[in-house]
Amino acid sequence: MMMRMVWQRIGIGLATLWVVSVIVFIATSILPGDVASIILGQSATPETLAALRRELGTDQPLVIQYLGWLGDMATGDLGTSKAGGAAISDLIGGRLGNTLMMAGFVAAISIPISIALGLWAAMHPGTWLDRIVTFGTLATISVPEFFIATIAVLILAVHFHLLPSTAYMTGDESLGQLLKALAMPIITLVIVVSAQMIRMTRAGILNVMSSPYIEMAILKGVPRRRIILRHAFYNAIGPIVNVIALNLAYLVSGVVIVETIFSYPGLAKLMIDGVQTRDLPLVQACAMIFCGTYVVLILLADIGSIVSNPRLRNPK
Amino acid sequence: MAETVQVNKDKEEEVLAELDSFAELPDAPPKRKFRLSWVGWVASGVVAFWLIICLIGPSIAPFSEMDIEGDDSFLDAYTSEEGYGSFYLGTDYLGRDTFSRILWGARNTIGISLAATLLAYLMGITLGILAAVKGGWIDMGISRLNDAILALPTIMMGLIVVAALGTSITVLIGTAAVIYATSVFRIARALGLDIMVQDYVEAAQTRGEGIWWIIRAEVLPNAAMPLATDFGLRLVFVVLFVSSMSFLGLGVPPPAADWGSMVRENLAGLTYGSWAAIWPAFSIASFTIAVNLIVDDISAKSGGSLAKKMV
Repeated sequence: MMMRMVWQRIGIGLATLWVVSVIVFIATSILPGDVASIILGQSATPETLAALRRELGTDQPLVIQYLGWLGDMATGDLGTSKAGGAAISDLIGGRLGNTLMMAGFVAAISIPISIALGLWAAMHPGTWLDRIVTFGTLATISVPEFFIATIAVLILAVHFHLLPSTAYMTGDESLGQLLKALAMPIITLVIVVSAQMIRMTRAGILNVMSSPYIEMAILKGVPRRRIILRHAFYNAIGPIVNVIALNLAYLVSGVVIVETIFSYPGLAKLMIDGVQTRDLPLVQACAMIFCGTYVVLILLADIGSIVSNPRLRNPK
Repeated sequence: MAETVQVNKDKEEEVLAELDSFAELPDAPPKRKFRLSWVGWVASGVVAFWLIICLIGPSIAPFSEMDIEGDDSFLDAYTSEEGYGSFYLGTDYLGRDTFSRILWGARNTIGISLAATLLAYLMGITLGILAAVKGGWIDMGISRLNDAILALPTIMMGLIVVAALGTSITVLIGTAAVIYATSVFRIARALGLDIMVQDYVEAAQTRGEGIWWIIRAEVLPNAAMPLATDFGLRLVFVVLFVSSMSFLGLGVPPPAADWGSMVRENLAGLTYGSWAAIWPAFSIASFTIAVNLIVDDISAKSGGSLAKKMV
């Protein structure tokens, strides 16, 4: 029962990945105008146009182009950048590592903080501290990521001169320098991601708190702390695992903004530069990496909530 | 003239009285009362303020959004040198008046977001109700496509479209509308499916009413209330999307004023102690937080959970 549902989800995930690849390819292929004539510009003659089209493969039908592109992607050949002609896999390599490192730090800091705060707020609902947490997190998820980043720069970099306002990296920093450069982007992302997670954790626990067996426990006089830690928390693990995976997926959009604002040399910055110069092969490759990560994380969230549901794990 | 107005008024009162007497019937629907808390009232005031600025902002702004007025960039608000006192919030990186640009920007940021949200609702509701009412392969086809678009992070979708089509306000509105129509579609379809199996729809079908009559008279009025609450939330998401795209330099093209791009342009000023980037950021935040607070207030009033009462 459980394994079948897990396999089903994996199947859906693979299908989604395929559809995503179709969307990314079609969206970036239906350009107004012919790529070959854009490249050649004034110097185009019918012969050179045809030759370039053959070289680029744009004289083929769209389906053939798509299959060729998908095959290249699958075998790790991401194509060459239009600007400069460098191999895209070389461009991406180091950048991807930087972005993953930042995301790893953010996850390691924000997950424990969020679960603790969410649990704590759910244990004391209606108190003024709970209200502060509830309002603070609502305010945080209501504002754009760049608002948080701007305020962080204003307070930490401009006012107190604690941290640098950009995250330039040369590649040979000491650990201390590295941490200092990474601090601002990480602080911003932790605030953004935690707010969502705290709200969902709190709501998940309060949701379990309204079920009949909790009412029973309240009526028989179990202390509230024990109810939450022994009865409610274990039943809320499923939803919380789900929340964590979902929020790591939301990191994708946060990363785009934060890398831009702090000039952090990550994958998202590379992609934005690609969009601005309309370097389509580069945008396609980056988009596939981001969307693929997103789909996989959502898939993990789904599987997590199936596996942590005792009714599915032990079928009658 | 005055008489006709009076007659109309009398008629109106008559109709209202009639409606009131219906309300007394035992099977009358429960009256919906909007009682906002004080937080809700303050938030409504903020939203109303920005909507009014949206309409009249450009006509009360002291300067045009594009004119370079100051001799210097990043002037303080309180520069007391002659003439500079008129820049209430100082100047931006090109020496344009920040206060005027915020007033102009309200129209761009909120106007574009409202247009995109309305368009998203138009598409989402039409397709959602169509899918729910027709079912079969129409439902299947639209739902699968919808799931695929929902599977992409919104900002990625925006980046891909802009990379292909370039930046313009039309592209921005269209992209935001398509992206957010997907979630409207889901809600509208679920509501439609729910309503289509109700007794009153069955009664109408038995009566021989046509499909359009059922959609207009039964489905839409019953789906209106939940969809209206969702509108606020969706609007916040669209504002965040639009201003994030502008912030990345891929939304409203310069020199038009827009809160997202104003933050981006003036970021460098932060280190000189200029608040030119902070004001537009605060403007976005005040609008989105206020809308969210209203939505929160309404949904908290409409259903209290047991946990709130027990613990």
